[in-house]
Amino acid sequence: MPTVFHSVRLDADKCQGCTNCIKRCPTQAIRVRNKKAYIISDRCIDCGECIRVCPHHAKIAVTESFNELIRYKYRIALPAPALYGQFNNLENVDYVLTGLKRMGFDSIVEVSKAAEIVSSATRVMIESGELKKPVISSACPAVLRLIRTRFPNLLGNLLPLYTPVDLAAKLAREEAKKETGLSDEEIGVFFISPCPAKRTATRTPLCYESSGINGAIAIKDIYPVLVQTMDRLMPHEVESINASGIIGVSWAQSGGESSGLLKERYLAADGIENVINVLEELEDEKLNDLDFIELNCCTGGCVGGVLTVENPYVAKARIQRLRKFMPVSCNTIDNETDIDSLGWTRELTPSPAMKLADNVVKAMRMMTRLREIECTLPGLDCGICGAPSCRALAEDIVRGYAEETDCLLRKYQIEAPDKGEDWLPLPFRMKVMGEEPSEVKKDEG
Amino acid sequence: MMDSIKLHYDVPGDDFTRAGAASGDVKRNLKTLGISPSVIRNVSIAMYEGEINMVIHAGGGVIDVEITENEIIMTLADKGPGIENIELAMREGYSTAPDNIRSLGFGAGMGLPNIKKYTDEFSIDTKVGEGTTLNLKVYIQ
Repeated sequence: MPTVFHSVRLDADKCQGCTNCIKRCPTQAIRVRNKKAYIISDRCIDCGECIRVCPHHAKIAVTESFNELIRYKYRIALPAPALYGQFNNLENVDYVLTGLKRMGFDSIVEVSKAAEIVSSATRVMIESGELKKPVISSACPAVLRLIRTRFPNLLGNLLPLYTPVDLAAKLAREEAKKETGLSDEEIGVFFISPCPAKRTATRTPLCYESSGINGAIAIKDIYPVLVQTMDRLMPHEVESINASGIIGVSWAQSGGESSGLLKERYLAADGIENVINVLEELEDEKLNDLDFIELNCCTGGCVGGVLTVENPYVAKARIQRLRKFMPVSCNTIDNETDIDSLGWTRELTPSPAMKLADNVVKAMRMMTRLREIECTLPGLDCGICGAPSCRALAEDIVRGYAEETDCLLRKYQIEAPDKGEDWLPLPFRMKVMGEEPSEVKKDEG
Repeated sequence: MMDSIKLHYDVPGDDFTRAGAASGDVKRNLKTLGISPSVIRNVSIAMYEGEINMVIHAGGGVIDVEITENEIIMTLADKGPGIENIELAMREGYSTAPDNIRSLGFGAGMGLPNIKKYTDEFSIDTKVGEGTTLNLKVYIQ
């Protein structure tokens, strides 16, 4: 199995082997085996839902520590716009940006600045008519990976542009090299990140070469020191750094990217379940009257990322207030801009992590067996076996990763066939006895 | 004997919250089998349209799906009112759906034309007062 870089990891010492995370994972990428959770690397999309739901804080996001900065002569911070929603009574983002400089960064390039360039390029591309509609935003890396894993049919609808953070990194690095004359190795570019998916994406982008981000620092990690630093700032010390407006900053929340397109035929959905529902409908071509679909895995958009501090709705309200003091936009592309330089350079290929086998005939044999096994399982989806549902356990069994007796109820039934029925709860027992409910009938052929 | 996978669904009538459940389940199974995305799209669009037709016009029905190595065979049978004029029903934009259904966004008159468009083989058996059966095939590859 190929090993892929993931920001989301397990802290095995803290894991109690409970079943909260397996139920919540949108790609069924987690199993509990030998009393510990196990993440199936090929399936994980780094969305961070397991981090959110784990009561023992055993799921973690690997990000860089602030100490990494000392390895570089010149340090650049790329703050995500979601950062601006973390502070109470903030009216001027320059407090945040100056605070970051005081903490040890030599320059700041706002991700919201690059976001405005992406918005502008998207407007031009949609207008040109070369994109397959509805165009799906590619900014949320967890959505990108979700589509690749579960909805490969929709890969062609994705907006083939750099994400704001990668574009910001590219611009920042070019600018820094020009200004300082330093080499690439001497310049450290750090993303101040709201989520693990973005960390994974900046390290291993799927659609273009790495944009040279050296690390991601979690908003929650930088927050305590940043707040103190900002508190000590005198008004006259605040530098004028902010170079983005309403359009850029609004990318922090669901609907922000869409409103930056200045079109009305769009849909913005957030929260992983809602995102999946929209993708299902899109796949069945039920949403063909839309130009643009914005999808964010986290509730509320990036302000809801698991590495943020503030409740997403509070953060959203604060950004709403901040926008009052901002121009609409400070960055647009012009006729001189080469849009190709903002575009993907690699083809995004589907990830086959969900299918049973490469060969359809083999997959069909496995499916037949899977359905036979499924009929013998209780149907409670209790998770005690370590798989998120009886169906998933049946799948694991045919793949060779689990055994029938991993299901406790099934085990009792096998060991004591005469008593077995007593072990199984009533409505599901019928299935075992062969009187299946009509939803799924066993193959008679 | 050729391997095949058979799926059977009861589609309840007049329950729009459940319409699409059968085609959704077929889609999930086809994905697990690793069937190509374009084939899955054709199957799920055709089947969804048929499923919705059953709910709107026929008070529900039954759907049988057979997946073989080479094709996906769908049989959608209902005991509804039957189709009086197939030629008209096949015309894009023609619909006999009542206003309350149209107000839900259905009944655009694209059902049967779309089913035909997305399938490789298509036939209708219908008798007024007795019901309608659609026989559909989508080839794999």
